Amino acid sequence: MNTSTYRDSWFGNVKGDILSGLVVALALIPEAIAFSIIAGVDPMVGLYASFTIAVTISFVGGRPGMISAATGAMALLFIELVAEHGLQYLLAASILTGIIQVIFGLFKLARYTKFIPRSVMVGFVNALAILIFTSQLEHFVDESWIMYVLVGVTLALIYLFPYVTNAVPSTLVAIVFVTIVTISMNFDIRAVGDMGAISQTLPIFLIPDIPLSFETLVIIFPYSIALAIVGLLESLLTASIVDDSTETTSDKNIESRGQGIANVITGFFGGMAGCAMIGQSIINIKSGGRGRLSTFVAGIFLMFLIVVVGDIVVQIPMAALAGVMIMVAISTFDWNSIRTIHLVPRTDAAVMVITVITVVLTHNLAIGVFAGIILSSIFFVSKISRVRVVEEIKAGKVLYSLHGELFFASVTELLDQFDYDADVEEVEINLGRSHIWDDSAVVAVEKIVSKFRSTGKKVIVTGLNEDSTELVGKLANKLGSH
Amino acid sequence: MYQKILLATDGSEHSKRAAENAVNIAKCSQGSKLEVVYVVDADRAKSDVLTHWNSVDVNDSRKDQVSEVERIAKEAGVTYELKVLRGEPGPVIVKYANENEFDIVIIGSRGLNGLQEFVLGSVSHKVAKLANCPVLIVK
Repeated sequence: MNTSTYRDSWFGNVKGDILSGLVVALALIPEAIAFSIIAGVDPMVGLYASFTIAVTISFVGGRPGMISAATGAMALLFIELVAEHGLQYLLAASILTGIIQVIFGLFKLARYTKFIPRSVMVGFVNALAILIFTSQLEHFVDESWIMYVLVGVTLALIYLFPYVTNAVPSTLVAIVFVTIVTISMNFDIRAVGDMGAISQTLPIFLIPDIPLSFETLVIIFPYSIALAIVGLLESLLTASIVDDSTETTSDKNIESRGQGIANVITGFFGGMAGCAMIGQSIINIKSGGRGRLSTFVAGIFLMFLIVVVGDIVVQIPMAALAGVMIMVAISTFDWNSIRTIHLVPRTDAAVMVITVITVVLTHNLAIGVFAGIILSSIFFVSKISRVRVVEEIKAGKVLYSLHGELFFASVTELLDQFDYDADVEEVEINLGRSHIWDDSAVVAVEKIVSKFRSTGKKVIVTGLNEDSTELVGKLANKLGSH
Repeated sequence: MYQKILLATDGSEHSKRAAENAVNIAKCSQGSKLEVVYVVDADRAKSDVLTHWNSVDVNDSRKDQVSEVERIAKEAGVTYELKVLRGEPGPVIVKYANENEFDIVIIGSRGLNGLQEFVLGSVSHKVAKLANCPVLIVK
């Protein structure tokens, strides 16, 4: 592991970074357009976003070599907002999302992502893949068999062209080929131009045209919170993947802040909030990108291409884009989780599946993540709430040894595990292998003791560990009246 | 006759069998040394990071994956060393083998990902073609 200087993170790998940046820019264009269409806005919103986010994050991000731009996870969250309130509210929500993320970064909350269980993360990734896939189905509606054939050709080229060469991204080859075929054969199918206009101009600074009122805030805040969480989750996951594949470390709090700054700037330049992209970052690393320069070049070259060849871009058939998006969905999905689903604990598998189902039903990754976290907390609590009581009887005395954690969830069943009418004179309750965590546990132990005493037995409690003794002492005065 | 032995592994069934062969070959000559490499490319990083999201260090879990190899080597009393390399598996293994002048490379015939193998060709083929030393592909 090594930490490099800021200068190094820019110019430590110039040749590799420039080349990989160019490759990523080519791969970003179709995705930026497709994600805009998912969100229900003009392709320019995603293209401007990809440009401003990539360029901004190259300066302020915490993870050199990671690619951030307009993403599917974020686009999916915008669908409803755009449909009900329009583009200006999307821009305002993007700015607010950025502000929330900056706050998240300043308060150094990135470490709490470790509290998100593995199965929820896997569910998040799989749900994202499924949503990207299903979002493409509408492009098949009312289309002829040509659509299906062209999507098939696109996918075949994407997966088979690497056999020939890896020098050019196969997605680009597929798009160029399918576009040329469509134009030259004069196929009557929808193209990018039918979904919205492409303007060959640079983005300009503008303040979203919305009333600056409390009502506006009420509308955009729920979206921005969800966007902020989903954006950070995917960004920090991607950062971990880049960390691991390059054997370097990165500052997750600076990255969170950087994502926020990038989204604020994007909102003011007519783009939608985005985040880090797992797929594109992997492409970047594989193409030799390591430094900030790679992300910067990707953003600049993307804008350059749009300005120069924008009028060709509108002629790309939707079939080609749908093919690319299906590929994105396939590579986003964690197939390993399906292969190992029978090996992981059943509760983990359930959490993963519930996370996915919640997201697919609500179209909201944030809700899915919360559902997953809550469910796995419940599973965890129920797992550790099993307290074993071992009973030993010798010479008129019974010894109960408790094994497990004593807290609100575990004490209710505990009371029934003792034989209060046993024919003994003395009862010992040994807590040497258990731990008292809260007032419910203190009350429960007191209740057990008093129940035995009411039948005229002598009761002693032994083996209380230090923490538990302290808690019992603290609570004894206040709860003593129970 | 083989002193420096390189075993490439990914924790799969095939690579476990490769490990058994590697250990047997190492036992044949005195003073031989076995080096076990596990290669992480960007795609594997994704699945490994997801699989080990809550663990302290992904690399610890990787060592778990090759623990079977370690066990076999330990039981046979073979000197071994573990290394995690970064990059695309085929070229990285070839480069490592050639630069460090290994006497033999041992590798399982098939990795974990069938689709990848179909698209990009198998790692073992690349190694067999480009390594400067004998290569044993274990089925």
